[in-house]
Amino acid sequence: MTFLVSPVANPGPTSPGPTLADFGHDPLWISIIKAVFLFVFLMVGVLMGVWTERKLISRMQHRYGPNRAGKFGLLQTVADGLKMGLKEDLMPRKVDKLLYFLAPVIIAVPAFLAFSVIPFGPVVSMFGVKTPLQLTDLPVAVLLILAMASIGVYGIVLAGWASRSPYAILGGLRSSAQVVSYEIAMGLSFVAVFLYAGTLSTSEIVAKQADGGSFALGSLNIPLPSWYAVLLIPSFLIYVLTMLGETNRVPFDLPEGEGELVGGFHTEYSSSLKFAMFMLAEYVNVFVVSGVATTLFLGGWRAPWPISLWDGANVGWWPMLWFFAKLVLLFCFFVWVRASLPRVRYDQLMHFGWKVLIPLNLAWILMVASFRALRVDNSPLVIVLMAIVVVGALGVYFRFDTVLQRRREQRAAQEAEEFDQLRDQPTAGGFPVPALDLPHYHGATTGLNRKEVPSA
Amino acid sequence: MGETVTFWVLAVASVAAALGLVFSRKAVYSALMLGVVMLSLAVLYAVQDAPFLAAVQIIVYTGAVMMLFLFVLMLVGVDSSDSLVETLRGQRFWAFLAGLGFAVLLALGFGNVVFAAPTGLAAVNQAGNVPSLAEAIFTRYVFAFEVTSALLITAALGAMVLAHRERAEAKATQKDLSRARFVAFGETGANPASLPGPGTYARHNAIDMPALLPDGSISQLSVNRHLARHTEELLEERSGELDASETPVAEITEGENSK
Repeated sequence: MTFLVSPVANPGPTSPGPTLADFGHDPLWISIIKAVFLFVFLMVGVLMGVWTERKLISRMQHRYGPNRAGKFGLLQTVADGLKMGLKEDLMPRKVDKLLYFLAPVIIAVPAFLAFSVIPFGPVVSMFGVKTPLQLTDLPVAVLLILAMASIGVYGIVLAGWASRSPYAILGGLRSSAQVVSYEIAMGLSFVAVFLYAGTLSTSEIVAKQADGGSFALGSLNIPLPSWYAVLLIPSFLIYVLTMLGETNRVPFDLPEGEGELVGGFHTEYSSSLKFAMFMLAEYVNVFVVSGVATTLFLGGWRAPWPISLWDGANVGWWPMLWFFAKLVLLFCFFVWVRASLPRVRYDQLMHFGWKVLIPLNLAWILMVASFRALRVDNSPLVIVLMAIVVVGALGVYFRFDTVLQRRREQRAAQEAEEFDQLRDQPTAGGFPVPALDLPHYHGATTGLNRKEVPSA
Repeated sequence: MGETVTFWVLAVASVAAALGLVFSRKAVYSALMLGVVMLSLAVLYAVQDAPFLAAVQIIVYTGAVMMLFLFVLMLVGVDSSDSLVETLRGQRFWAFLAGLGFAVLLALGFGNVVFAAPTGLAAVNQAGNVPSLAEAIFTRYVFAFEVTSALLITAALGAMVLAHRERAEAKATQKDLSRARFVAFGETGANPASLPGPGTYARHNAIDMPALLPDGSISQLSVNRHLARHTEELLEERSGELDASETPVAEITEGENSK
């Protein structure tokens, strides 16, 4: 039996897309057009994103959400933005003036920069110039995105430190610890993609997802999925979790846990333009991580399956639409998560990041790397390896399951015993329950049997 | 041309930042200046056709500077500045001498390399910057690479061992604490619930004002023990006020009860 994955012999009707060689030849004015487009896209995207989020989460919570300013409340964010711009810009007396002023800038600028390597589409003809729909690409484009994310954290920490307020500094410290931890898991979840794509350039990663190749099983050719989200599903799932952590969104929005830290790092930025910058950066960061998810895992600008049957789906300007649709869906996923999940506790967050996501990721990378290394040799060892991994994983699972089950039973027994002990000693108090013959029950409960239910 | 302009802009920025790093009185500013120097270096690497090094420089050193920043916050305090008292005698002289020696060494060592034209860069980058770097690291320099990583792991492990303290018993969970509170309630009658708030009859909700019970007396539970002395003083003042201005609630209830 031959076990090999080979690229499909005859490529599709169109080439997989631009490669690194297509970049760096744009005339300056084309680059300026692209940069301005990106800026406008992100600014309008934030305006519409805030509106979409508020509207969507309202519908999920059986409310209407903003519906006063403009049709469907579409102008609500514009109105809020104008209000922020026109408000008095307060500078608290004790803050570190320079850093207090710089922090919103430091958080916002890298977020915009990261978008410059996200591919929007293939090579198109723009005013007679053939150019890819992407501002620029680098051999290390994905690393650039990670680098920008790690610069953005400075904005949060500096905002916390410069504010000279306990809430702000605690929020800033929490956030830096969180983002640094989740960045590791995020970086590791890219590794499998790099191993499969063989490149760190975003446009080439998209190109590599054009065709999944096929799996030759005897004479049968089974086409493999082309999206890395399917092919490398553990990486994708881990990335989805880390992107929530990286952008400080629910359920990982501890830096601004209202109940304990007021507004977290931006407590002292009373709703002025500086606060608007923080909001802007938060939403742009959400777009960046969604764009990265689209590019690395969801086939980038390439059309999803039923549409990709149409020959013109991946040429010209259409791919921008597919990219945008994927981006919007991912954004809606963020909103959905926010509407569904409660905030986790801080120790749970750190435990999850360090003790679950990172080891899982490392084990998965080890497996992918061995798989890649052995597959090159076309060796049947791959099957043996897969069998060992599957059996090993199942063994570990059953072992843990037995141990956990035993521990659970033990704990339940202990609790039941304790409960009995307390119930048998009403003089020692037992569990306090309100007296059921109080006058405001009007005798409704006196006839009932008092039955206590153990909390376990 | 572009490279020269970038170099001179960044040279000024990074030397200024390096001087700021040395002369800044606030440790936090020093850490930030270090960050600026590292970023300038990263841009210089990028200009010199080493994009991978540039990206890694940013990722690694921004993280490192962030750690430095946090250590400053945790160890030195939020807004303390450096103490300028010299604890080592003659430190400045020896530091100056060592610095001068190092500068001469750098000038001599790198002078040869820098002023000779770079050779073979294009040939090395033929297969792409990242693959050729990977090849160099994992073939020719693999031993040095592995030794370095072993060193780093040893250092990290050492730090963990030094900082780790073994817990004598398992940490009590929320459930354990709650259970313990109720057991204590059963045994001694200690209040298992949260402490009372200001109460319905309160006229203040400041933290140093005790809660009033329905009979007008003070709930001792609501008094923060750290503020207790302060509260006693306040109460004395307040009782004076109350006597002078209005009838206390306690008197009314007592009166009604006595009738």
